Amino acid sequence: MAPAMLLSMRHIGKSFSGIPVLQDVSLDLNPGEVHVLAGENGAGKTTLIKILAGVHRDYQGIMELEGRELRLHSPHDAAKEGISAIHQEMSLVGSLSAIDNIFLGRELTTRFSAGLLIDCARQRRRAAELCSMLGLDIDLRRPVDEHAISVRYRIEIAKALACSARILIMDEPTGALSGPEVDMLFEVISQLKQRGCAMVYITHRMEEIYRIGDRITVLRDGRRIGTALASGLPEAELIRWMIGREIATRFPTRRIETGRERLRVENFSVARPGAAPAQGARWLVQDVSFSVRAGEVLGLAGLQGSGNSALLAGLFGACPNAVTGKAFLDGRPFQVRGPRNSIQHRLAYLTNDRKASGLIHGMSIARNISLASLQAVSPWGVLREQAEMEMADRQMQSLAVRGAAPTQEVRILSGGNQQKVLLAKWIETRPAVLLLDEPTRGIDVGAKQEIYGLMQKWVAAGMAIVLIASELQELIGLADRILVMHRGRVSAVFSREEATREKILRAAMGDSWSN
Amino acid sequence: MVKLNEPVARPGPVARDNLLRTPWIRALSALLFVFLLGLIFNADGAFFQWGTHRDMLRQISVIGILACGMTLVIITAGIDLGVGSVLGLNAVLFALLCLRLGWPPLLAAGACLLVGVSCGALAGSVIARFNMQPFIATLATMVFARGLAKSISGGEKVSRAVLQPDGSYGYVDLPQFFQRIDYRVFGGNLAVVTLIFLACIVICWVLLAKLRWGRYLYAVGANEEAARLSGVPTRLVKLLAYGLSGAFAAVAGICQAVQEQQGDPEAGATYELSAIAMVVIGGTSLTGGRGQIGFTLLGTLTIGYLEKILSINAVSEAGRLILTGIIIVVAVLLQRKNE
Repeated sequence: MAPAMLLSMRHIGKSFSGIPVLQDVSLDLNPGEVHVLAGENGAGKTTLIKILAGVHRDYQGIMELEGRELRLHSPHDAAKEGISAIHQEMSLVGSLSAIDNIFLGRELTTRFSAGLLIDCARQRRRAAELCSMLGLDIDLRRPVDEHAISVRYRIEIAKALACSARILIMDEPTGALSGPEVDMLFEVISQLKQRGCAMVYITHRMEEIYRIGDRITVLRDGRRIGTALASGLPEAELIRWMIGREIATRFPTRRIETGRERLRVENFSVARPGAAPAQGARWLVQDVSFSVRAGEVLGLAGLQGSGNSALLAGLFGACPNAVTGKAFLDGRPFQVRGPRNSIQHRLAYLTNDRKASGLIHGMSIARNISLASLQAVSPWGVLREQAEMEMADRQMQSLAVRGAAPTQEVRILSGGNQQKVLLAKWIETRPAVLLLDEPTRGIDVGAKQEIYGLMQKWVAAGMAIVLIASELQELIGLADRILVMHRGRVSAVFSREEATREKILRAAMGDSWSN
Repeated sequence: MVKLNEPVARPGPVARDNLLRTPWIRALSALLFVFLLGLIFNADGAFFQWGTHRDMLRQISVIGILACGMTLVIITAGIDLGVGSVLGLNAVLFALLCLRLGWPPLLAAGACLLVGVSCGALAGSVIARFNMQPFIATLATMVFARGLAKSISGGEKVSRAVLQPDGSYGYVDLPQFFQRIDYRVFGGNLAVVTLIFLACIVICWVLLAKLRWGRYLYAVGANEEAARLSGVPTRLVKLLAYGLSGAFAAVAGICQAVQEQQGDPEAGATYELSAIAMVVIGGTSLTGGRGQIGFTLLGTLTIGYLEKILSINAVSEAGRLILTGIIIVVAVLLQRKNE
């Protein structure tokens, strides 16, 4: 009854320096299906798809493509077999055009030129074909870094299709996309399905799993827990498979005891960097006012580019020259001058990109934790290593950072633990107001749960939190009030009781019916 | 059925890999390799004489001082091409002040330090304030300081010989300071410049390992944006790195002038490249955020021994350059992580 199996991976095993990360994992793909690979971070998902994509060569087990045994030696090999991976970090060359990127490494050349002369006309035609199929209406000759992330992602897909990929591997493709962009991507995915493409899809977002997944395979600790039709695996069961224990409520219930006002913002605006005053879209954030009390979590909703991230960055002083408006901390006027000044005024800011602007890679966990409060452990400028270690130990214990000693480099930690290290850094500065931009991005369910708990602990201790979370369910579950932003302005405010995903999404997309 | 389930053997035992991965071992191994060369090609026992080692240390000290400042800059993910020229400028300036204007040497040294710091800070402030690429900004210092050196010296070496009105040359007395610096201590077993070099190493070690600002240097080099958002004064940190590099260049310039007993406006040309080589051979990464001053000490000794061994074996300068180039590449390849 089932169509001929496209690919089957059987009894796959893989170890890194003696430590097994995959054991006896099997996965099969039918043509035209979206096969979701689920599991916590460190469950082995990435390793498995890297084997499929030809990145890891030495593994145990067998792979068969249409019944034919397959041994891949490189990603290039995999591409030749029609297997293409689209990674979280995109592989496009930013300064080259879409056409050049699509054919990079396998340029179409003119006849009789011994493969030296690029056949531009043919490439342009073929690229235009692919892009129109993906609904991309862009100037293909412009450098790709001038395009939005969602466009770049589709260029990446076009690149995979250009070498007639039959199996596409997508690793968290929606991580950087906003709602409508996600819809567009899913549209593309369903088209690809009709053409018989099989897709391996990795995501941490529950709603996506059920929206596009046909089958789900769950990995945990390097082993396959099970494979099931998406329609036959309820969410609670899926979570149980992933974490091995039932989570009754995903969000901690609590009663807010709000105290005095911690932060008030009036007519706050953030200018677009480099924009001339006369230009129309000059403001990233325009005339935003709000206040947060001690013990309160204020949610900031908004799609990509709505200005919610810019608002937090602007408040913290990441770009002090671009902000106007008034802010008050604990009732006293606060002038935005820069990160150093903000830290002194007990403001803390977790950016949404822990790799680029959060962690200091190559430094130890302890040094990452102490970085923002180094003065406390260096009287007269002289570092006291013992005090620093004590600081790190204390924070690692209270935030349950696991898996490494404080002296080890931060990069060996899993995503969730890295995020906890960053939070520890900021908690060590004893902030009154925490500005958190996507604190649970790209981390596993267990770690998310722990961070939710920590946030509750902190507000209970009198902090105020301003939170951005692109997963609306999370925002509704955590925030006491939700401010929705659209094109730099506040388009709606909801209390916890009023907020629903539909209402928030409508407001975020510019529907101001609620005002 | 073909047995495909068996693991594919990984090349090489893991333990040896791990040992080679410790940066200290790797830095040491390059030095030991060169040292071994010295034991084999010992030029009829010349390598076993302490004098050979003492001279090597003396010859390497001036560039080694530059390498100290270079280490600080490279840790911030920068580069300072200006140190050779700043050395030349200060050699000329020191000679001028002491030999021509009769300033007390200590005062002259202070003035030189001030000029050195200014040169470095000038480049540093352009880099920090305008986000100019360090390569370009310090390339400008390199040309600028060399020009300044030639201009204040009139393009000639500033030596003890002074042209008299009658056309003959008179000689100024050499201040005692010159002899004190260009002198050996511990029964003639160690040059004073070597001690100055070692003092510079210690200063850098204290800064990098013990002081808050040293930590900031690493943070800025590893992830400037993250450091800035954590409240690290990134601009001041860069200013500090380049300012100190200028100061070390001034110290090196004074030492050079003292050793040569004159101020040569051409002094120190291409020294910046040797200094970079020493830092890199030690294993401090040009991408910033990683490295230690101890590595630079090892790198300096490696290059020092290499040149000394080649010279005691009477290898021609041409051969020496060729071999040094090869060894640099090999040493840096050894440093790289096998990943």
